[in-house]
Amino acid sequence: MECFDTIAAYAFRSIGYGERLLPRSDFTLCQQITLIGSGMLWNIYFGALALMAGFFLATALALGKAAKTPLIRKPSEWFIFLFRGSPLFIQFFLAYEAFVLLPKEGIEIFGITADTRWLTKAWAGALVVLFLNTSAYAAEIFYGALRSVPKGDLEAADAYGISGWSRFRRIVWPTMMRLGWPGYTNEAIFLFHATTLVFFSSFPAWQQRGDALYYAKYFADKTFNPFVPYPIVAAYFILLTLIVIWVFGLINRHLNRHLPGRAKPIRYRPQMIR
Amino acid sequence: MFAYCADPSTLQGFAWLTCYLTNGKHLIAYTSIGTVLLLLAITAPTALAFGFGGAIAARSRVAPVRWFGQGYTAIVRGVPDIVFFLFFVIALDQALEWLRHKALCPDWDEPIRQGSDFVVCTAAKLPLSASPQWVHEVYGFLLAVLTFAIVFGAFAANVLYGAMRAVPTAQIETAEAYGMTERQSIWRILVPQMWVYALPGLSNLWMILVKATPLLFLLGVEDIVYWARELGGTKGVIFEYPHPDWRLYYFLALLVFYLSLTQFSEVVLRRLSVKLSRGQATFAGERQRKATT
Repeated sequence: MECFDTIAAYAFRSIGYGERLLPRSDFTLCQQITLIGSGMLWNIYFGALALMAGFFLATALALGKAAKTPLIRKPSEWFIFLFRGSPLFIQFFLAYEAFVLLPKEGIEIFGITADTRWLTKAWAGALVVLFLNTSAYAAEIFYGALRSVPKGDLEAADAYGISGWSRFRRIVWPTMMRLGWPGYTNEAIFLFHATTLVFFSSFPAWQQRGDALYYAKYFADKTFNPFVPYPIVAAYFILLTLIVIWVFGLINRHLNRHLPGRAKPIRYRPQMIR
Repeated sequence: MFAYCADPSTLQGFAWLTCYLTNGKHLIAYTSIGTVLLLLAITAPTALAFGFGGAIAARSRVAPVRWFGQGYTAIVRGVPDIVFFLFFVIALDQALEWLRHKALCPDWDEPIRQGSDFVVCTAAKLPLSASPQWVHEVYGFLLAVLTFAIVFGAFAANVLYGAMRAVPTAQIETAEAYGMTERQSIWRILVPQMWVYALPGLSNLWMILVKATPLLFLLGVEDIVYWARELGGTKGVIFEYPHPDWRLYYFLALLVFYLSLTQFSEVVLRRLSVKLSRGQATFAGERQRKATT
């Protein structure tokens, strides 16, 4: 029964509902599981939003990198190089320092004051960094897929008189998605893993509202026992990874539905850390 | 550093900057670049050795060894690496202290975990509380290196395991048909040939390792991120070289440092790949052969 009270008090602690004070002594297993699970809400928030927004920028960047005119190609290449060649951790620090330097009263654009204060908060500032970062990584995957679109498909499109935007939307883009999807699945998983870095870079955890790893570290520091909180985080993340693989697998099946034989299950290859 | 730096308050412009960038604190900070390179230099071969052991274990015919190897490679899947970094640093420290405690103080009867404390006898402390500061720093650094090696060893094991399976089985069977023992066929046939298959994965891993080095900061080592925050912070008039908050510029410098490091690695790895493909029965090797003839 006691555990129900703990869940009621701390289940949404990370977004500011429930008990204000964190437990200070006599930590129970229930408290640790509840609070760390509450922190997972932030990981899911950062991962899901950055992924959704990043998808569109990544597609644009991939097309930009494949463009003929250097006016579009060069900026895309530089963007991808900048975010893939440097550690995400440094990007967080740099972005935070840059956001702090923005004028506090906002920037005047055509008479409208754009508020900039929220950029120094984790919920927006870190999201911007993650969004740009995942766009660069995904763009490289999509670019590789774009280059592997079979020549015959394009020639067939030409033969049928499909060109321009409709050729892209109906021929190139679906094939690009289909080819790039396994790589993109891995990218999604790593993005969720990368969200744990947010509260360890400069972004402050306001009123101790942090992510899963923030609370795990809180418990590990208080109890000086790493053998309970970190395995709990690990278990939550394995669960999250399985859900991501499942969801992306469904989409993968949808993308490959016209092909003879079932699409191969996506092989998860954990080889990327920022 | 320079003779004209004796009184910084009289300096202006470029001269001030040269003095500022060569003052004592900055010179210490530059050595932390060495810390990062040292970490890379120690971790890369250690992780490769761990990975090789893991891959060999995962191929073993003895079931418990195979389970260990497969479990080790599976450990990094699905869990963020930073969780491992934070976990292993404390866990390794406590494990070492516990082992020493068991060996050095057998007649200690109090429990080791007392509430929120981890208590071992004084003789078992690592490093001993009487040790000088540098011993503590070296110990912390070595723990970080070991942690990196364990985590990246698991990644490397994954790559090498795949590479070993990519070597044509016919070659191993031929070796055994000629009467080589299993050990001989591994060392003379499998290992020399697996590198060309492992290289793409290993170069990827190297890039990841380079980009993971700022995490040293989280493990309590005074690395370049630590110094960038330390030196960049606002310095009031009581300091020799007062300046406002310059952390942005310091982190920009770090960004450039990492970009050039990854770019340099990419060039070196591309050359290595050309070299390893020579004479191999692969697409790249075949293309090289055709280009020369």
